[in-house]
Amino acid sequence: MKLLAVLTIVTPHVNYVAILPELILIGGALLLLVSGQLVFAKIPTAFYSIGSGAIAAAALVASLVIWHDVQARGPFTTIADSVAVDGFAIVFLVLVSCILILASAIANDFLVREGIDGPEYHVLALLAGSGAMLMAAANDLILIFVALEIMSIPLYILAGMDSRRRESGEAAIKYFVLGAFSSAIFVYGIALVYGATGSTNLPQIASYLNTNIITSNGVLLAGLGLLLVGFGFKVSAVPFHMWTPDVYQGAPTPATGFMTALAKAGGFAALLRVFFSTFGVLRTDWQPLLWAIAIVTLLLGAILGLVQRDVKRMLAYSSINHAGFILVGLAAATSQGISGSVYYVFVYAILVLGSFAVITLVGGKGDENHDLDAYRGLGRRQPVLAFAFALLLLGQTGIPLTTGFLAKLYVITAAVRAHSYALAVIAMLSAAIAAAFYLRLVFLMYGVKLPVGSGGDEGALSLPVTGEPDDGLDPTGSVPTGVNIGRVVVPVPTAVAIFVTVAVTVVFGIWPGPLVDFVHAAHFLF
Amino acid sequence: MLRVAFLIPLLPLAGFVILLLSGRKLGNPLAGWLATIMVAASFVVTVVVFAGLFRLPAGGRSYTQNWFTWISAGHLHVNMGLLVDPLSMTMAAFVTGVSALIHLYSIGYMEHDEDFPKFFLYLNLFVAAMLLLVLANNFLLLFLGWEGVGVCSYFLIGFWFERDTASSAAKKAMIFNRIGDAAFLVALFLIYERTGSLDYHTVFSHLGSVGEPSLVAMGVLLFAGAVGKSAQIPLYPWLADAMEGPTPVSALIHAATMVTAGVYLMCRINPILYRAPDAAHVIAIIGAVTALLGATIACAQNDIKKILAYSTISQLGYMFLAAGIGAYDAAIFLMLTHAFYKALLFLGAGSVIHAMNDDQDVKTMGALARLMPITAVTFFIGWLSIGGLPVFSGFWSKGDVLLNGYGFSPALWVVGALTAVLTAYYLGRAYLLVFRGQQRWVEARKPGDRAGLKPHDPSWVMSVPLIVLGALSAVGGLINLPIHPDLDFLDRWLSPVFASRLFQHHWGLGGVWTFALIDAALALLGVALAVALWGHASERPAFEPVVLQRAWYIDWAYDRFIARPSTEVAIETSSVVEAKGIDGAVNGFAWLVRSTARHLRKVQTGYVRNYALGLAGGLVLVLAYVLTRAS
Repeated sequence: MKLLAVLTIVTPHVNYVAILPELILIGGALLLLVSGQLVFAKIPTAFYSIGSGAIAAAALVASLVIWHDVQARGPFTTIADSVAVDGFAIVFLVLVSCILILASAIANDFLVREGIDGPEYHVLALLAGSGAMLMAAANDLILIFVALEIMSIPLYILAGMDSRRRESGEAAIKYFVLGAFSSAIFVYGIALVYGATGSTNLPQIASYLNTNIITSNGVLLAGLGLLLVGFGFKVSAVPFHMWTPDVYQGAPTPATGFMTALAKAGGFAALLRVFFSTFGVLRTDWQPLLWAIAIVTLLLGAILGLVQRDVKRMLAYSSINHAGFILVGLAAATSQGISGSVYYVFVYAILVLGSFAVITLVGGKGDENHDLDAYRGLGRRQPVLAFAFALLLLGQTGIPLTTGFLAKLYVITAAVRAHSYALAVIAMLSAAIAAAFYLRLVFLMYGVKLPVGSGGDEGALSLPVTGEPDDGLDPTGSVPTGVNIGRVVVPVPTAVAIFVTVAVTVVFGIWPGPLVDFVHAAHFLF
Repeated sequence: MLRVAFLIPLLPLAGFVILLLSGRKLGNPLAGWLATIMVAASFVVTVVVFAGLFRLPAGGRSYTQNWFTWISAGHLHVNMGLLVDPLSMTMAAFVTGVSALIHLYSIGYMEHDEDFPKFFLYLNLFVAAMLLLVLANNFLLLFLGWEGVGVCSYFLIGFWFERDTASSAAKKAMIFNRIGDAAFLVALFLIYERTGSLDYHTVFSHLGSVGEPSLVAMGVLLFAGAVGKSAQIPLYPWLADAMEGPTPVSALIHAATMVTAGVYLMCRINPILYRAPDAAHVIAIIGAVTALLGATIACAQNDIKKILAYSTISQLGYMFLAAGIGAYDAAIFLMLTHAFYKALLFLGAGSVIHAMNDDQDVKTMGALARLMPITAVTFFIGWLSIGGLPVFSGFWSKGDVLLNGYGFSPALWVVGALTAVLTAYYLGRAYLLVFRGQQRWVEARKPGDRAGLKPHDPSWVMSVPLIVLGALSAVGGLINLPIHPDLDFLDRWLSPVFASRLFQHHWGLGGVWTFALIDAALALLGVALAVALWGHASERPAFEPVVLQRAWYIDWAYDRFIARPSTEVAIETSSVVEAKGIDGAVNGFAWLVRSTARHLRKVQTGYVRNYALGLAGGLVLVLAYVLTRAS
């Protein structure tokens, strides 16, 4: 009898309200999936997009409701302590909801243009979104892993969504194979941490570490290292970044933007929580490691971004550089640094969505018009679109009066406060290097003649996804054939989405108070 | 009623935004009317807030309206917020009132300009910035307004930028202002460093713990900022050149409002100056010398707007003289009346310039009074006001300054009195040359005669402001009569702001009357000189020495000793240091980065196996690091 009692599966009490945003996304995704089958007539893509946007909006409302709850009653955990409902999680719930809303508007025009029917794109996006939300809220390593997979698998498929482009499929395969590899490492890390501490629950691990002095910490540190590799892969930190350029370039452009925003949000949410909140006592052990990773990530992203001709690839390296900046905040290992990182993730997600929305439009039918030359003179042909893109790029550069500037300011300030002067200097240096490729794009759009040697002579990108070395095959830098510089059609939903991203970037750049205050609410449960 | 204060700067700003978005569509004259209405509405709101403030007990007349946190970085917290107190409301009232009149006038004056909407766009932005400047509740917001008016001034001086003179005058104004602004910024740093805040209230309540050298430095640096903005020695030459802008701009910005910002700043920081008497003395002396210098130059100018410009410099000098000795209420009183009569004189000049087909040389005018009676009469009132003839507003305000000046130091009084004579004289000269004497221009014989002129009074939109300002110049002194203790309304209204820090020499009524008689005599002397010399003649070389015509060669000296050598250095720097040294370093770094990238990108092969190897390599490095930490 006693044995039976032990074997009885105890179902934990489930507080459904606490995971309402995730449930809305998953339920909504399923609803969207079957709705197409319930009617015989072909449902227009716009219906799915609106549905997806509405579901995300509902999740946003649910997130705000929970936020209200947390503000009134304080943070809490639920479902056998595996889900944390705290300010930190909610900031990311809100962010992911916003990403989904914007992304569904941007994707709609792409799907219509490319004739990709059906609800699949949006369903996958919603599912990935629910994964990202869970990553932010997860309070248990096992749940983090599950959430990571819920987020990643739809992203792999999204990368391969455009079946007519060979590169798209190739991107999906590369992303998947390497993702599986990194997931395996991540799980091994969980196992080692469990072995060392006897728990996978984050607060329990933390309290174990706080109350016990570990005489032999090799297993624990190895586990931590493996976790870092898994996270590093997701957020494209060097040297786990190598998939990034190929996947960014190959994936359908709106999916690239979505993937960047979402994976950064989910990946960093869990990374920050696990490292700062759970393994905070071990910071002297992991800080040097993050310090080194941040430096190589910053520099490699900035330097390699300089020699790209493909805009998507360029922004891939840019995203690596940004990941470095976010790591700078974590490497400071202070609450100020964490706030800076969270703010950075928030701001960057919005910036990158807007940027890829513009690239989606310029990419044109077939999604192949991504050479730098496609942007030549855009300022004259379409001043409004070019101006919006310029603002987004300036935001990514970190020009004052944009949110991007404040984000960089906060993480670098945190690094300085933590006496990581070298890291702060390298971060600034890398921002200066990265500015070169953002501004080159701006100059191209506005027809500024660049001196020979800074823009024209580097090697054009060959087709790296086909296996060629990523080196200049076309040293003359002539305009590759097939670059279409016709007028770009700007559909209304995308225009609205771009406007929103630009507005957020500029308004909160000038008037930072509300967004900063919101992000400051991102306290950890413990 | 105080709550609506936020509308005061917001209304002109809204006008600016509307004009920015749809100015071209509104066109001429709708854009002008919109701008005028916005400023007039702002004036109405100001009056409402003013009344609300007035109803409070004298000691409690201070109301802070915080909008939101503007900057929060470390220990620095700056709010976007307004301070409504007697000083700021007095400023706001005359700024909006005079601005509204000048906007109205501009609708007529700029009638034929192609960029009509753009002109009003700048004007509205200017008014918004100016109101932010006077209503700000902290130094940084004041600085925002300060820079805002500076940039608007730049745009408006260079409004006709096709002319080389206009665009270079705009640049000159910008550069001179920059010098002052740099000092202002340093002052802000110092204030923040010493008091930990930029909020007026906090700063002023922490002054007790600040050493006197720091206070003197703050006072002098802020004054240096004011010197740039308010065109005092040595940073005044830009104001004369600023007359390249359209005449309403000269009236609004370079006479009535913006240039008074420096005086306002000095009054605002009275707690600092009170504790730093050395800084205050510098202000008084510079003000006095500038007053005299400006007046002497104005005696020999032939361009009607330049006469008024140097006159403005001189009058601003008076205001600084008053602020420097601590007679802030006298400074504000003079600022108010000066706003009336100087705006009046400029608008009158604009009307004359219009009539003379854009000719500004007083020597080619003459005998316009019978053709332009409204302009002539109002200009005449302006002359008597600025000259300080009894009962006109200038008589009271200037008398107030001189009275306090004598109480402080007779030397200051002597300089001020000399300036007073010259003031009555040079504007008399201008008035007589323009409106009296012989006609020195050719009358149009028939319609369409291009060689000739047919001067006439302007349309009503331009006449109404003249008449209103004329009336205000005549009776504006009523707001502050020193002859009876119950009649000095302005002094009592402002007294909560300046409190015991105010310098006031009590003469008794007899003393006041004596000084009033002396002032009247001085003014009459100036008027008599003007009439005797210029009543019937238009050329008197003996009284227009070249040295004064060339403004004491100070402009020339600036050009010779600063502008040219700086240009040389700049050319040298750009061709040698910049090209070889800095560019070389930059290019070298760029080359280094790019060649690094060329090598690094070879790693990116496109093969999944290589990427997995990279990942695994990273893993090995991480684990290797772990080994070093493991115990």
